[in-house]
Amino acid sequence: MQQENRQTLAVLVENKPGVLNRVVSLFRRRNFNVDSLTVGRTHKPHISRMTIVVDVQRHDVRVVAANLLKLINVIDVRVISQEPDVSRDLALIKVRTDDVDSRNSVTMICERYPARIVDIGTKVAILEITAQEDVVEAMIEELKPIGIVEMVRTGVVAMGRGTRILDSDYEPAVRITTNNAERIGV
Amino acid sequence: MLLTGSEIVMECLIREGVDVIFGYPGGAILPTYDAMTKYPQIHHVLVRHEQGASHMADGYARATGKVGVAIATSGPGATNLVTGIATAMMDSSPIVCITGQVARGSIGTDAFQETDVTGVTLPVTKHNYLVADVEELAYVIREAFHIARSGRPGPVLIDIPKDVQTQKTEFIYPEGEIRLPGYRVPSEGHEDDVMLAVDLINQAQRPIILAGHGIMMAGASEQLRELSEIAGIPVALTLLGKGAMPEDHPMVLGMMGMHGEAASNHAIQEADLLIALGMRFDDRVTGNLKTYAQKAKKIHVDIDPSEINKNVRVNVGIPGDVRAVLSQMLPHVHRTQHPDWMAWIRDWQEDADERDILQYSADSKLLGAQVINDLWQFTGGNAVTVTDVGQHQMLEAQYYPHQRPSSLITSGGLGTMGFGFPAAIGAKFGKPEEEVWAIVGDGGFQMTMCELATAVQENIDVNIAILNNAYLGMVRQWQEFFYEERYQSTPMVNPDFCKLADAFGIPSMRVTKREQVEESVAFARSIKGPVLIEYVIEKEEIVYPMVPAGADLHNMIRRPKPGESR
Repeated sequence: MQQENRQTLAVLVENKPGVLNRVVSLFRRRNFNVDSLTVGRTHKPHISRMTIVVDVQRHDVRVVAANLLKLINVIDVRVISQEPDVSRDLALIKVRTDDVDSRNSVTMICERYPARIVDIGTKVAILEITAQEDVVEAMIEELKPIGIVEMVRTGVVAMGRGTRILDSDYEPAVRITTNNAERIGV
Repeated sequence: MLLTGSEIVMECLIREGVDVIFGYPGGAILPTYDAMTKYPQIHHVLVRHEQGASHMADGYARATGKVGVAIATSGPGATNLVTGIATAMMDSSPIVCITGQVARGSIGTDAFQETDVTGVTLPVTKHNYLVADVEELAYVIREAFHIARSGRPGPVLIDIPKDVQTQKTEFIYPEGEIRLPGYRVPSEGHEDDVMLAVDLINQAQRPIILAGHGIMMAGASEQLRELSEIAGIPVALTLLGKGAMPEDHPMVLGMMGMHGEAASNHAIQEADLLIALGMRFDDRVTGNLKTYAQKAKKIHVDIDPSEINKNVRVNVGIPGDVRAVLSQMLPHVHRTQHPDWMAWIRDWQEDADERDILQYSADSKLLGAQVINDLWQFTGGNAVTVTDVGQHQMLEAQYYPHQRPSSLITSGGLGTMGFGFPAAIGAKFGKPEEEVWAIVGDGGFQMTMCELATAVQENIDVNIAILNNAYLGMVRQWQEFFYEERYQSTPMVNPDFCKLADAFGIPSMRVTKREQVEESVAFARSIKGPVLIEYVIEKEEIVYPMVPAGADLHNMIRRPKPGESR
């Protein structure tokens, strides 16, 4: 589920030095608000995929997409929040477990969510949850009274359902073989 | 053939059709300068400041439609290019800037004259490259020229480490298709959108065309004239759109916007249909967006899809090449006229004529408007004029009607003072057969006047017209209107421009009376090489009409009619 003013974009980019910088620079200079941005490799070594959640109160999401497409290294952009999609956010949450009550509460909360305890000791435990963003938010709210001491989240990754496939047959024209390319990249 | 990176740069430039490059040498670009000695078919123009090089490349590009090339060393050389790059970006001018970079092993160490130039120029280039290996170089240069000149043109920067310039490789020029998987250039519009637009045009009672720079870039002047004539639609021009259609054509209303014609602005506010072609609804064109063209449906054709619905929400947005889209529309457009609408517009034009400064009885003062009007008259309206930024620029737009595309070169989007004179030098290199006038103010000229030496070294035939009012005139005008005449930091103590010209060995003339203007043009034309004319004009002239920044487009400050008080 999406909040009304938030849209999710899936962005295929060339896996080249400096591409992340170009995308982030675009959002900054056009004054688009980024809620979250994730980037990772795909099954094709020369293509990376970003999931960007934007706050489009001020800007039509198509204008954001059109601006992204202007970047030479951006291969394709899809607004996937306007159609059925699967989105996931992963959080690692460290909570206080220094008494019996807190340990029991944490265990019970974890049972009601797609979460598990990945590390537990006498003072703290680390919980892992992978779910839709709002489900993650709900669990965090429940954990707050017990005592969250540290937290990290991946940001949203998302994919359209069914046969709506965002892909590219592109192969790189020049293969850079020297190690310099990676080292001197922005 | 085994070539160095530097030689590959020159080989690739030749294959791109480059015959002149503007630049300034330095440590990190020295290998490429050394390679120039083997390629005399490319003429290198030694500028006096790298900003001049990027403006000259820009002027060359705007005059010819070809890609202009600037070259500079790393660090300060490269950062000095930036103003010219940003200028080219805002006005969609195709230039390629080549910069030297410190050797790869030194990158990131704060080496001598090291700057992260791809980082610095990222927001003001269409694309940029840091060349990682000599194997990439030919591909990169080829892509850079393609990106610069295609689609919505713009500046591309190529940063080449010094050791890549000296690295050797077997040079095989990459023929065949350029593979840029993420780069799309729209051409024709979607048929459905085109037909929606045609329906709106055929139904409109009070239509107006807003023609911009894109008309000239796409070579769509002929299609624009046809649409205007067939459907009886008046045409308002943006500043960079001047020349898109001959300004003596009865359907052309002249410039729109902040210092635009009253007829253009009022027609936009009253229209029931705006047809925006190759323009981008700049704030200097729209004024207050909340009250802008509220009665009108809007069609927007632009080659850059991100411009559509950026500032103004439109009913039909067509990303596409404006010539292709107009060619799609024209067969379906009904032949019609709008006599009532045109009569309403003519009333505004007559009203403006009554207020025109040229109607005022001549007194002893020399006015900027008169100088521009007379330059137009005595050059037969046929010169390529290159302006700087400020009052003289707006007066040029008002009093020098242009008949053909690319005959006015001016910094519109960025409004770069200092642009005019070096851009004029670049334009003259691109169009040696044309009469080129740099029309500049005393303020802007002093920002890049070091290029007088370049003009002399190249003996380039540019006529420099300085409109000297000893003020930063446009800023002074704002201070008069909006800051209660507190002229903070706008009066200028200027050098004697004629003596200055003399020091460079440039012939010059000072004009203080209107009757001397004709003589000054004849004098300038008699000199083969740079010549400087100083027009000493009225100090506190005002450019009318004016829409204050952010005000409604129809709320113009008009020039009083003769006999009325301000």
